[in-house]
Amino acid sequence: MRKLLKKLVGVAGVIALLGCSPSSSDGDPKGSDTGTSQVLYYFTWSDYVDRDLVQGFERRTGARVVVDTFSSNEELLAKVQSGVSGYDVVVPSDFMVSIMAMQGLLAELELSGIPNAELIDPFLQQLPFDPHHKFSLPYFWGTVGIGYDSSVILTPPTSWEILWDPRYKGRISMLDDQREVIGLALRAMGYSLNSRDPALIERAKQKLIQQKPLVKVYTSESFDQLLVSGDVVLAHAWGGPIARAMRERPSIRYVVPREGGTIWTDCLAVLNTSRHKALAFRFINYLLETDVAVATSNRLLFASSNRFVKDRVDPGVRNNPAVYPPDAVIERMEWMVDAGEAIRFYDRAWTELKVH
Amino acid sequence: MFFFVPLLVMLGVSLASRGTYGGVEWTWTLTNYLRLADPLYWNIYLRSVLLAGVTTGVCLVLGFPLAYVMARASPRIQNLLLFLAMIPFWTNFLVRTYAWMFILRTKGVMNTGLMSLGLIDQPIEILYTDSAVLLGLVYGYLPFMVLPLYVAIERIAPSLEEAAQDLYAGGWAVFWRVIFPLSKPGIVAGCVLVFIPSLGAFITPHLLGGGRSMMLGTLIQHEFLVIRDWPFGSALSFLLMVLLLSLTVSFFKRQGLADRT
Repeated sequence: MRKLLKKLVGVAGVIALLGCSPSSSDGDPKGSDTGTSQVLYYFTWSDYVDRDLVQGFERRTGARVVVDTFSSNEELLAKVQSGVSGYDVVVPSDFMVSIMAMQGLLAELELSGIPNAELIDPFLQQLPFDPHHKFSLPYFWGTVGIGYDSSVILTPPTSWEILWDPRYKGRISMLDDQREVIGLALRAMGYSLNSRDPALIERAKQKLIQQKPLVKVYTSESFDQLLVSGDVVLAHAWGGPIARAMRERPSIRYVVPREGGTIWTDCLAVLNTSRHKALAFRFINYLLETDVAVATSNRLLFASSNRFVKDRVDPGVRNNPAVYPPDAVIERMEWMVDAGEAIRFYDRAWTELKVH
Repeated sequence: MFFFVPLLVMLGVSLASRGTYGGVEWTWTLTNYLRLADPLYWNIYLRSVLLAGVTTGVCLVLGFPLAYVMARASPRIQNLLLFLAMIPFWTNFLVRTYAWMFILRTKGVMNTGLMSLGLIDQPIEILYTDSAVLLGLVYGYLPFMVLPLYVAIERIAPSLEEAAQDLYAGGWAVFWRVIFPLSKPGIVAGCVLVFIPSLGAFITPHLLGGGRSMMLGTLIQHEFLVIRDWPFGSALSFLLMVLLLSLTVSFFKRQGLADRT
């Protein structure tokens, strides 16, 4: 459900963007090749759109890149599952890589064609969802933590428990995402956020039911705006949107509590149905190039997977914990893996929380 | 064709089972329909029906005087009012719902306005409550109530009202014994047109309700996209369809009987 409804805004942005670039297109990925130059269809997150980036690749290769955006992993999967999406390069998050790979939707990467894969930070290699980069290479990564307004919350929160503090009743927002929210409660109690034990999930649910009267809204779309407007002062949040919210309201801060939480990465992958795999690998290689990644990281405020980027970005970006968390934080984070059959327990607990 | 083919696919999927990675496995089963009876979901059905019912009621109460004024206005004013009723449709519903979020926020237009006028000293916390969802639904579907009512009332000759008044009927009696019975087809059509989309509404409860509770529409969306349990989502959709279909049929049947008597 991540940002499902930002889609409209995102699509409008892309239309505006493509409208004034030479690669102008109606955005229909099924459009035919002109034959003279190759066309690459790139399907990415709405907050990852960067016009300069695409133009750089076009200048270098003479190929045309058509960008289309999605705003949730579920939306990506639904489009790709139809089998005729026509996209070449997609950007699924970690757990979605394994789902798409299991369903046979992803093509195997030819790493010989992607030398920049070597530049990926060691801590982003050998991840459980795709240990040998058979199908995917990490692109951007980040954490889930607490965005808060330091003009109201004077001492930085150290524990997730602050989200249970009755003093902030009605001024707390939580992500509208069952794995993230139940996972947070599990971590707050000292368990893995990937727990498949129904008894633990039940306890997490009880804890969340206690919290519900304090929660103003469960949203994955507008927590950043609500923090900026002051409607909420504590937000269970992804780091990226908080980093951008800081530009509008400097008193906003971001912290990952001591219990740790989710670390995620959005990965570059090529669809099995792609007709331009060689060009797709070349595009992935370009996106991972150090200079290119530095520029994108500065502009979009996301942490690049390239290990040489952090030292070269603007100091304001490098030292922003919402973009590049300190190493000590990374150590207490946990990757979210697909829950398999246990998703039923999460599903039920979530519905029970919502109807309570 | 456009109606039945997707429906058959949905029926087929609703009888299948969910694969571990969210695909559809074609092993036939009735468990999805048995799951519908789970008390966990009753709460959701009940709330959805209740909210759709209240929305319909409020739309009727607000819409009737509006439609009456429209129907009895001079032709020029009538056109203008009809035009005004249409204007909201020019803007995407999603955008209009976002606008409501800006209005209703704790520090939004409504609260800052009322507070600067000194009418309230505490912001009204309405966004992300059931009241906000109700407001959004009434706002969204009021035109669907007004337009059929307008058509029905316009057909009632004003001379009938005059005749009733000549026979010493008071304002209330004129309404209750003349206008109301004669505008019944419009009322039924309006109620059906409002109740049906309200029951399955997704955007309004999602954006204005703040995800604090689930409605039928949000539950179906959740099952399809987040859980990737297409079979159960299909069963839910089917339940919703059957509910609405039987409701519509019974409405119009009663209408037909009423017309004949």
